[in-house]
Amino acid sequence: MSKKSFRQAINEALRQEMRRDPTVILMGEDVAGGRGGSAGTQDAWGGVLGVTKGLYEEFGETRVLDTPITEASYIGAAAGAAVTGLRPVAELMFVDFVGCCLDQIMNQAAKFRYMFGGKARTPLVIRAMYGAGFNAAAQHSQALYPLFTHIPGLKVVIPSSPYEAKGLLISAIRDDDPVIFLENKVMYDVEEDVPDEPYAIPFGEANLTREGDDVTIVAFGRMVGMANEAADRLAKKGIGCTVIDPRTTSPLDSETILDCVADTGRLVIVDESSPRCNMATDIAALVAEEAFDSLRAPIRRVVPPHTPVPFATVLETLYMPSVEKIEAAVTATMNHRVTEKV
Amino acid sequence: MQIARETLLRSYRAMRTIRMFEERLHVEFATGEIPGFVHLYCGEEASAVGVCANLTDNDTIASTHRGHGHCIAKGVEVAGMMAEIYGRSTGVCRGKGGSMHIADLACGMLGANGIVGGGPPLICGAALSHKTLRDGGVAVAFYGDGASNEGTTLESLNLASVWQLPAVFVVEDNGYGEATAASFACAGTQKARAAGFGMPYIECDGSDYFAVHEAAGEAIAHARAGKGPVMLHVHLQRWYGHFEGDAMTYRAPNEVAEARRDHDCLKLFRERVTQAGLFEDSVLDEVDAAVTDEIEAAVMQAKDDPLPQSADLLADVYVRY
Repeated sequence: MSKKSFRQAINEALRQEMRRDPTVILMGEDVAGGRGGSAGTQDAWGGVLGVTKGLYEEFGETRVLDTPITEASYIGAAAGAAVTGLRPVAELMFVDFVGCCLDQIMNQAAKFRYMFGGKARTPLVIRAMYGAGFNAAAQHSQALYPLFTHIPGLKVVIPSSPYEAKGLLISAIRDDDPVIFLENKVMYDVEEDVPDEPYAIPFGEANLTREGDDVTIVAFGRMVGMANEAADRLAKKGIGCTVIDPRTTSPLDSETILDCVADTGRLVIVDESSPRCNMATDIAALVAEEAFDSLRAPIRRVVPPHTPVPFATVLETLYMPSVEKIEAAVTATMNHRVTEKV
Repeated sequence: MQIARETLLRSYRAMRTIRMFEERLHVEFATGEIPGFVHLYCGEEASAVGVCANLTDNDTIASTHRGHGHCIAKGVEVAGMMAEIYGRSTGVCRGKGGSMHIADLACGMLGANGIVGGGPPLICGAALSHKTLRDGGVAVAFYGDGASNEGTTLESLNLASVWQLPAVFVVEDNGYGEATAASFACAGTQKARAAGFGMPYIECDGSDYFAVHEAAGEAIAHARAGKGPVMLHVHLQRWYGHFEGDAMTYRAPNEVAEARRDHDCLKLFRERVTQAGLFEDSVLDEVDAAVTDEIEAAVMQAKDDPLPQSADLLADVYVRY
């Protein structure tokens, strides 16, 4: 066990799985970098934010494949390789670039198994970074996990910490279905203790990061840390919060969410994706349908406004959920009084 | 190039099977008993068969919405295909795919594809698997002149060249993407596109099985030898509409009639092998009779086979969920 960053945890998961299984390969734009350049450098970047650095050196060009900047062809190639014997981990860099290759994910990889009568296995992982907070503006900041969650046949993973990232990525690589693995770009330097040995965290099993009696908070990815901080502040005011990190949006551990809501009677959902048809609406619908009688207050959603992600720091800060916004939502749900019908 | 007798006979049978399969579907579709969309491959048989005669189960192909011919040529079982098109649980995809999604990975058939340009990127991946696993296999993308303009196709030509993949890109140019002619929709030439991506280009007459077999043999041998991808441009004519029900008002009245008269690959094949003294007409007649029986049996079986059950709706979305 040693302190590792989110970036190092992901790199270690990739390295250990590549050592374990020779069919695991990496591909993407500049996953090594430097190929064909005038400096003759190999592994110049190791991914645009250095996540795959050093893997080219260990595994060479047959296992770590730099691609042209052509998402449709290499994401499609990853899907085609996955149904024919390899376990590709393709890096899409920014998840926003899915616009260039959605067909290959949505109509090809996600559909093979069902459409071919259960006769295909597609052990494909697509890694991509998501999220605002980087002043990366509207085309490099989206949190598009609802888009993938909407598509049957895909699994969707959003790790909330370095420990989670390593264990969930190892599960993703070992999984026989296509997995979208989304890394929050603001978290790459976050550190925590991460075991050195490989370990797998199963999909569809939520993690309770805080436990309390008053309010259930469901949060995803980077929002889990904010929810924890809000819960800690609220605890000092005598409000107990349970924080649920679902880890995966597909499959979704609805059982844990419903159990916690049954205990607390109040629900706040923190989701940094655009507010219409996102995970917050999905979970609100689930709870309204399955746990209506448990609710003691309206469900509250802490979500951005329905706008593209703005560039200027002042606007981006306004856009994002925050610890304060979560605290306010929890407080509001605690203050709700049922109006008696006359 | 000398082609073995048994290969020739197998190829003739495959072409005849495709022809009869499609002509029967044309008739059956008109009765309203077949659900969904059907796109027929009639007239193009020599392309699929001439290419696939150079492949084994270890090689991979990806097909198009007009995929029945490629499936049969690659060895997908005819009864299972027919049952699939009828939406039966005995279909090769258990009634979940239909005409546009027939696939059989066991014989290297990566699927017909409802998305124009869907196949070429997948074939880059299959070729990468062959190369990485060093299994000697080659991956072949069939796509039409319409798909030749898709970004996915052009990106795939580039990627295959950059990665030096054992891939062959077969442009089945029947002159029409849906109802719009290639003469309108395809800028430049396929040959110049191949050159633009630094890959060899071969073209052939798609009604001539021997021409396709030879050209494809050369292309596939090149790819298999690790020399990188090749584009094979096959000139074809389709005898039916884009889909069943298409009145083809965009084609001159005599165009299909002339194609049937002058470019019938089965007629040309028969003339050639009988004139060369390779086969008696009676041998080919026997094949025709056997195929007639096979198609009849497949249709009868498909109509009789069980429909999927309600539990099938939820099955096989994931391997594990």
